[in-house]
Amino acid sequence: MTEVPPPAGGAAAPPAGRRARRTSSGFGRYLLKHVGGAAVSLLLVLFSSFFIFRLIGGDPIDQLTRERPVSPEQRAAMRAEMGLDQPMVKQFWDYITGTLTMDLGDSFQYRRPIFDLIVERLPATLLLSGTGMVLAVVLGLWIGTRSGWRQGSRYDRAHVGTGLLLYSAPTFWLGMIVILVFARYMGLFPVNGMRSPSTPPDFWSQALDIGHHLVLPVLTYTAVVYAGYLMIMRSSILDEIGSDYLTTARAKGLRDDEVRDRHAVPNALLPTVTLVFLAIGGVVNGSIVTEAVFSWPGLGSLFVQAIFYPDRPVLQALFVLFSASTILAVLAAEILYWFIDPRIRKS
Amino acid sequence: MTLLEFRDVHVTYTGSRGRVPAVRGVDLALEAGQVLGVAGESGCGKSTLAMAVLRLLPKSAEVSGEILLDGEDLLTMGWGRLRAVRWTGASIVFQGAMHSLNAVQRIGRQVAEPMLVHDKDLSAAKAAKRAEALLERVGLPPSRARSFPHELSGGQRQRVMIAMALACDPDLIIADEATTALDVMVQAQVLQLISGLVKERGVGLVMISHDLSVLSATCDTAAVMYAGKVVEQGPAHEVFARARHPYSAALGAAFPVIGDPASRRNPGGLAGDPPDPGRLPEGCSFRPRCAVAVERCGEASPELLEVEGARLSACFVAQEGEPVVLG
Amino acid sequence: MTASTTTSPRALAWARRRQSFARSWAAYRAQRTGMVGLVLLGAIVVLALAAPVLIDESALSVTQATGGRMEPPSADFPLGTDEVGRSVLALTLWGSRLSLLIGLTATVVAILIGTAVGVTSGHIGGAYGWFALRISDWFMVLPSLVVAIALLAVLGRSMGTTILVIALVSWSGTTRLVRAQTLTVQARPYLERARALGAGHWHQMTKHILPNVLPLVLASATLLVPSAILMESSLAWLGLGDPNVVSWGSILNRASDNGAVSAHAWWYLLPPGLAILLVVLAFMMCGRALEAVFNPRLRGEQG
Ligand SMILES: Nc1ncnc2c1ncn2[C@@H]1O[C@H](COP(=O)(O)OP(=O)(O)OP(=O)(O)O)[C@@H](O)[C@H]1O
Ligand code: SF4
Ligand SMILES: [Mg+2]
Repeated sequence: MTEVPPPAGGAAAPPAGRRARRTSSGFGRYLLKHVGGAAVSLLLVLFSSFFIFRLIGGDPIDQLTRERPVSPEQRAAMRAEMGLDQPMVKQFWDYITGTLTMDLGDSFQYRRPIFDLIVERLPATLLLSGTGMVLAVVLGLWIGTRSGWRQGSRYDRAHVGTGLLLYSAPTFWLGMIVILVFARYMGLFPVNGMRSPSTPPDFWSQALDIGHHLVLPVLTYTAVVYAGYLMIMRSSILDEIGSDYLTTARAKGLRDDEVRDRHAVPNALLPTVTLVFLAIGGVVNGSIVTEAVFSWPGLGSLFVQAIFYPDRPVLQALFVLFSASTILAVLAAEILYWFIDPRIRKS
Repeated sequence: MTLLEFRDVHVTYTGSRGRVPAVRGVDLALEAGQVLGVAGESGCGKSTLAMAVLRLLPKSAEVSGEILLDGEDLLTMGWGRLRAVRWTGASIVFQGAMHSLNAVQRIGRQVAEPMLVHDKDLSAAKAAKRAEALLERVGLPPSRARSFPHELSGGQRQRVMIAMALACDPDLIIADEATTALDVMVQAQVLQLISGLVKERGVGLVMISHDLSVLSATCDTAAVMYAGKVVEQGPAHEVFARARHPYSAALGAAFPVIGDPASRRNPGGLAGDPPDPGRLPEGCSFRPRCAVAVERCGEASPELLEVEGARLSACFVAQEGEPVVLG
Repeated sequence: MTASTTTSPRALAWARRRQSFARSWAAYRAQRTGMVGLVLLGAIVVLALAAPVLIDESALSVTQATGGRMEPPSADFPLGTDEVGRSVLALTLWGSRLSLLIGLTATVVAILIGTAVGVTSGHIGGAYGWFALRISDWFMVLPSLVVAIALLAVLGRSMGTTILVIALVSWSGTTRLVRAQTLTVQARPYLERARALGAGHWHQMTKHILPNVLPLVLASATLLVPSAILMESSLAWLGLGDPNVVSWGSILNRASDNGAVSAHAWWYLLPPGLAILLVVLAFMMCGRALEAVFNPRLRGEQG
C-alpha cells in the first residue's frame, strides 16, 4: 500500500481542535488509500480490456465485415473512421479518454451508440439483480444467523444442506428446470422476457405484468446467490459464539434471541459486510446467466448476444462496466466499514 | 439469612481433553454486607465457581449440588425466574474487561441495558441518565458514555464493568479478578471503590483473586482453593498471616509482583507444576508439591475440618496441630 | 532403539509427516458428510473412467445415432434421446470425463500459478510482493465469468483455452492463502536459523515453506474444483466450449438450442444437470470436511 504522508502542520494544530482534526485526517487517509487502490484497479481494467480486445482479439475489420468481400479502399476508409490507422499509443489514449467521457463507440450489431444501449437496458438489470440481491442478502443473513447460533441443530443441518444443494446447482440449469416446471408444466408464469406485448399500456397493468415476468428469474437468482451469504454469516456467527461479551449479555438477563440479535449479530455483521461486497463478482456472474436463461432484456443478455455476433465494442464496454461496478462495490464496502466498525478508526 | 450458599458444588467439563473436574465439592456461605475472598492459582476453578452462580457455564459443563441465593436454588430454578435473578439478584464483574464488553456498542448503552431489561417501564432516556450517574460514581466522566470500549484504558474499562455490575442494585456482586490487570495505583483505587460501594449499599461481595494479600486487606472471610476444592478457610487476615495449609502458606509467602504473569502462575515461588484437573494424584492433591507431606497424605484425601476457632483446613498435618511450613 | 538413533533427519521428517497425515485422516473420517462426499466422488470417478468399457464411443456419433428425435426414456434408451437420437445416458456418462478433466486440470494450473505467486510474493516481498498482491486482489474482485467470456471470445474456443481461462480466473484465492501461510512460516525460528546458516531463497522456499503450505493448498483445491466445473459448464452452456467434445455443459447447450424445454424433454435436461450438481456437491462436502480438519473451530466442539 502506498504510504500517505501525514498532513503538513498536523503537529502544530492547537490542542482544542486536535481530536476532531485527527479523526478527520484519519478518515481522509483511509479514504485516500482505498480510493487510490480502486483507481489503480480501474485503470488496470481499462488497460487489460484494451489489451484483450485490441491486441489479441485480431483485426476488428475482419470481424466487422465477416468474410463479406470488401475492397481495400473500403477497408482503409473503415480503418481511418475507427481510428485504427493511428499509432497504438494514440489509440490507447483515445480509448481511455473515450471511455472516461462515456463515448463507448457504436455497436456492430445494433449500429447505435453503446452508451444508449446501456442506458436502455440498465433498468431491467437493476430490477432483476436488485430485487434478487436484496432477497438473497436478507434470506442469507437471516438463516445464516440462526444456523450458526444453533450449530449442529436440525435447523442448521437442514438449511446448510439446502443451501449447499442450491449452491451446487448450475444457475442456467436451475433456471431451465424452473421454467420447465413452473412455466411449461404448471403454466403459472411466463416462459421468458420482461413484458407481454398484449398488456394494456396503463401503469398498473404494466407493473403487474413485469412483476409476473420477474418471479421466476428472481427465484432462480436468489436461490443461487443466497447460499453464499448464508455460509458467510453462519461462519461469522460461529466466530462470535463463546465470546466473553455474549456471556456478559446473558448474565444481564437477556433472552437468548436478544443476546443473539443485539450483541452477536452486530459483531458478526462487520466481517460479513466486506465479504458480502467481495462476493459481488459472483452476483454479476449470476445475473448474466439468469438473464441469458430467461431472455431478460438487460445488460447480461446483451453481453451474451454480443459474444456470437461478435459485437466486440459491446463486449469491451460491458467488460469494463461489469468489472468497474464490482471494484466500486468493494470500495463502497470499505468506506462503509469505516462507519460501522468503530475499531478501525483507532489505527 | 445467608445471602449466598454453595452446597457441595461440583462442576465437570467434557471436552477434547476428556472429563475435567474443575470444581470438586465446594461448600461456602456469605452473609449480606460481608466480603468473601476466594484465592488460588490459575486454573483452580475460581471462575468456574463464579460462573456457576448465574448458570453461565457452557453446555459442556455439568453442574451438581446446590447454589442458594437468598435461600432459592439457582441451579434448579426455571429459565424465566433465572433471567429475572440475573443481574438484579447477583451481578458479576467479569475477568478480562476488554473482551467482556461489546466492542461495537457504546459504553453508556451497555451500562444502561440491564436496567432496561429488568424494568420494562423505564424509559431509554432515564436509563441513559442513570448510566451516566453510575459512570460518575466509579470515577469516570459521564461523557465517557459515548465512548466505545477500545477508546478506554484497561483501568477505565474495569470501572465500566463495575458500574455495569451496579446497574440493577444487586444483592450480591461477584468480582472475578477485578483488579488483576491493573497497575498498583489503579488497583488500589478500584479496590477502595469496590469496598466503599459494598459498605455504602450493604451488598454481599465475592472477591476472586489469585493474590492472597489483596484479599486479606479487603475481605472478611477468605477461602483458598486448590484443584477445585477449598483447602483452607477462615478470617482473611488470619489466613494470610498464619496459614493453616501449606498451600495457603506458599500463596501468601511472597508478595507476588503485580503484573508479572510468572508470579501469577507460580505464586510465592511454589515449586512444581499446578495440578492438572484431568489427572490428579491419589490422596491429597497437593502432595506432589508439598514440603511437609507425611505418609497418610498419599492414602486418603483430607477433608476440610475445623482446626481452631473459625479456621478450617484440609491438611492432615494442620489437623494434627503441627506447623505447615518448614523451619 | 538402535533404529531410531540411526534414522536420518529426512526419515524423521517423513515419519512426522506420516503421523500428522494419520491424525488429519482420523479427524476427516469422523465427519459423516466428508465421508459421504468421498464415496460419492469415488463412484463418479469410477464411472467416468469406466465409460469406454460401459458404452462404446460410437454412441456419441451424430451420424450413427439409432434413436428418434427426443424420445422419452424407454428400454433401449433408459434416459431417452437427444435431438439427433443419441442416448442421453451415453452422453452424460461420456460427458463426465470432459467435465472432470477440465475441472481438475484447470484447478491444477490455478494452484500452480497461485502457489508460485503466493510463495514468492510472501518470501521475496518488497515491490514485487506488493505488485503480486495487488494483481491477485484485482483478479479476486473481478467478476470471473465476465473475464472468462471476454477472454474466450477473443482467444477462440478449445479445451486448452477453456482450461487456461478458468485457471486464470481462479488462482487468486490460492495466492492469498499461500502468501499468508508463507508469512507465518517465515516468522518461525527454524527458518531464521536456516537463513543464518546461509540457506538461499530457493532452498528456503522449496525445503521449508512449500512443505508447510502444501496441505492447506490441497485442502483449498478441493473447493476450487467444483467452482471450476461450474464455470466450465456455464461457459459450455453459453456456447463457448470446445465444439468437438461432449461435456455436461455442452449437452445442456444443445438441449436449450434445440428447444428441449419447450418440448418438455425433461429426460434431456435432468441427467447432465443432476450430474453437475452431484459432482459439485461431492467436492463441496469433501472440501468442507477438510476445512474443518484444518480449522477445528468449525467442527463444533463448543457447547
Ligand atoms: N470450557 C471449558 N472446557 C473445558 N475445561 C475448562 C473450560 N473452562 C475452564 N476449564 C478448565 O477448568 C479449570 C478451571 O478453570 P477456571 O477458569 O475456573 O480457573 P481460574 O481459577 O478462574 O483460573 P484463572 O486464575 O486463570 O482465571 C481449568 O483447568 C480449565 O482448564
Ligand atoms: S495433607 Fe499432606 S500433602 Fe496435603 S497439604 Fe497437608 S501435608 Fe501436604
Ligand atoms: Mg478465572
